[in-house]
Amino acid sequence: MALALKSTCFVQLKRPKSCYAFRSSRQLAVVSTRRSTTMAALSTVATIGISETFAKLKKEGKVAFIPFITAGDPDLSTTAQALKLLDSCGSDIIELGVPYSDPLADGPVIQAAATRSLAKGTNFDAVISMLKEVVPQLTSPVALFTYYNPILKRGVEKFMSIVNDAGVHGLVVPDVPLEETEILRNEALKYNIELVLLTTPTTPTSRMKAIVEASEGFVYLVSSIGVTGARGSVSARVENLLRDIKEATTKPVAVGFGISKPEHVKQIAEWGADGVIVGSAMVKVLGEAKSPEEGLKELENLTRSLKSALI
Amino acid sequence: MAASIKAPPSSSSGAFPTLHRPRPSSPLKPARFVVGPPPARRLRSAISCTLARDSPVRMEEPALAQLLRPDPFGRFGKFGGKYVPETLMYALSELESAFHALAEDDEFQKELGGILKDYVGRESPLYFAERLTEHYKRPNGEGPHIYLKREDLNHTGAHKINNAVAQALLAKRLGKKRIIAETGAGQHGVATATVCARFGLQCIIYMGAQDMERQALNVFRMRLLGAEVRAVHSGTATLKDATSEAIRDWVTNVETTHYILGSVAGPHPYPMMVREFHAVIGKETRRQALDKWGGKPDVLVACIGGGSNAMGLFHEFVDDKDVRLIGVEAAGFGVDSGKHAATLTKGEVGVLHGAMSYLLQDDDGQIVEPHSISAGLDYPGVGPEHSFLKDIGRAEYYSCTDEEALEAFKRLSRLEGIIPALETSHALGFLEKLCPTLPDGAKLVLNCSGRGDKDVQTAVKYLKV
Repeated sequence: MALALKSTCFVQLKRPKSCYAFRSSRQLAVVSTRRSTTMAALSTVATIGISETFAKLKKEGKVAFIPFITAGDPDLSTTAQALKLLDSCGSDIIELGVPYSDPLADGPVIQAAATRSLAKGTNFDAVISMLKEVVPQLTSPVALFTYYNPILKRGVEKFMSIVNDAGVHGLVVPDVPLEETEILRNEALKYNIELVLLTTPTTPTSRMKAIVEASEGFVYLVSSIGVTGARGSVSARVENLLRDIKEATTKPVAVGFGISKPEHVKQIAEWGADGVIVGSAMVKVLGEAKSPEEGLKELENLTRSLKSALI
Repeated sequence: MAASIKAPPSSSSGAFPTLHRPRPSSPLKPARFVVGPPPARRLRSAISCTLARDSPVRMEEPALAQLLRPDPFGRFGKFGGKYVPETLMYALSELESAFHALAEDDEFQKELGGILKDYVGRESPLYFAERLTEHYKRPNGEGPHIYLKREDLNHTGAHKINNAVAQALLAKRLGKKRIIAETGAGQHGVATATVCARFGLQCIIYMGAQDMERQALNVFRMRLLGAEVRAVHSGTATLKDATSEAIRDWVTNVETTHYILGSVAGPHPYPMMVREFHAVIGKETRRQALDKWGGKPDVLVACIGGGSNAMGLFHEFVDDKDVRLIGVEAAGFGVDSGKHAATLTKGEVGVLHGAMSYLLQDDDGQIVEPHSISAGLDYPGVGPEHSFLKDIGRAEYYSCTDEEALEAFKRLSRLEGIIPALETSHALGFLEKLCPTLPDGAKLVLNCSGRGDKDVQTAVKYLKV
């Protein structure tokens, strides 16, 4: 049963300790009509950017929890609700994936999410419209995860301008190598968008150093050799890689790919990561649920359980 | 000429293993792996990404010989490059180093030459198509002389094997025991399975689930040869999705696996490498033309899917300005029908499977599913070097519909007793428009890239014989 977002009036909650207000979608609708706040009355908290979020968390001795979901799976209105849910459940930064026809870096779960989303007719303009409504209601900054072709289609400058208008703070483009990031970086800078670069277990140390120097927002450490998708355990390599990166830079490092359980999250935090990114596990519970309602419920449960590993 | 790779000036120096400087090959070597222009014209690229110490050549008329194809970043002008996940970057540079090293390795060259001769059956004949030539004679008796470069006579029936064999040997040198490949119709899959059987390598072929249905016999052939064929159900379940899946497998298994990409597409060094492995086609043609008529060809014609057979024929002659290069793509139901694969005619520049090139995409920047009766041309992208040659006006690109290709398929069978592949039939179909415009006695060489036995089941649905 698809949820129709008739009203965009969600009460702005400042990081509640629990997510009880969002436990059921019905309650959501009830809450909103009872309060009958209008868009104009909502306090739009200007979110701080990505680097600043990490700096803040560092002062508090905390590790960032960074969930990823694919826009439009099962549909954009559910995505809008999911973003708010993730935000209120304590995410520090939220990654939103733009669905693409040929996602090279993604495993079966995110591929399937992209296919479902595209089949529903999701396109970039629709994602941006949704973000324009939702981002003002979030306290965490949003980073877009997209492949390069959709950026090129619009032109790099235009793309940056559009996403900046939508309130996006960061960008991850997995199929642009370091050598080609200059153009992206220059345009992104003009619009205060931080371009996050990825380093992997196969990246030689000297190249890793060049990557971390150029990366903005944070350094994305890919935990394993492969595409996105939950793994049974986190490779022990990650500990060494984290150490090498931290020797090369003081920028925050977040680890992603394959992380799906609280034990993984805990382990990575113990090894010294500044952030933990969880993608496929979130996408799976949300997109493969029997209904969007149930998906959101599962998402909330998973988020709480993962987040608790960081406390 | 080829400097070691540097990251662009603003970031600190990237680190790739220093490339071996390609040295000129001796004319005795059967397969030449030299990258870039021959020694006499080794000048700095006018469009290289590194800062030129010399004053750059004026850009209005860049001498082709001064443009690196590709430059150290793997770019042909603005096309090409390496747009892949970071996980693959090291493997790509390792592959490139190995390729350049093997260019100088006499033992490797000898081994490859021997296999091309005794196993593949090279050199392939340059055949004067007497009755086809007669067919295109104008009422006054004038017309071009048409020659067919018989890549259809190679082992496995297409040009694909040239590249498969060389890459398998290269993989062995790299110590990789596991081979993966993508395939559309199955020709490249069959060629890869063939060489893996020959060299005792584990072989996994990714094929779109839709294509597997259309080409069931090729699936059987691959399995008979010992390969594992994996169906790809994601996206449109056709060649582009099989290619994406092969790339994902490579990202995951990069340390043990070599990816035999089937065409001059994909991330650098593939477009360059695959071209060099097919360049034997053009080299033989030059020698054979000299033997047969004491000159060069005037026009070269080849069909274009990813562009490998065309680059193999064209590459030798790119610097010969008096040789016309013509590529023919698949127009499917017509270039305005929305159901075609005429990438260079109707596409826009974008990034697909690791390379910046022309590609067929929708308004949202999503890659669209193309259509052609011939599965080998049914690819929404095209090799970046073709995009480059088109943009600088060095090569011309046209297209041919399904219907025209089927007519040509029948025509060559009737006139010369050669059943061509449906892919090749597109190049043959274009002769109808081309020949009337050519001067008398013009020497036309058409790359007969494959034989059509594999296509009779498709043709039987459309042709009345």
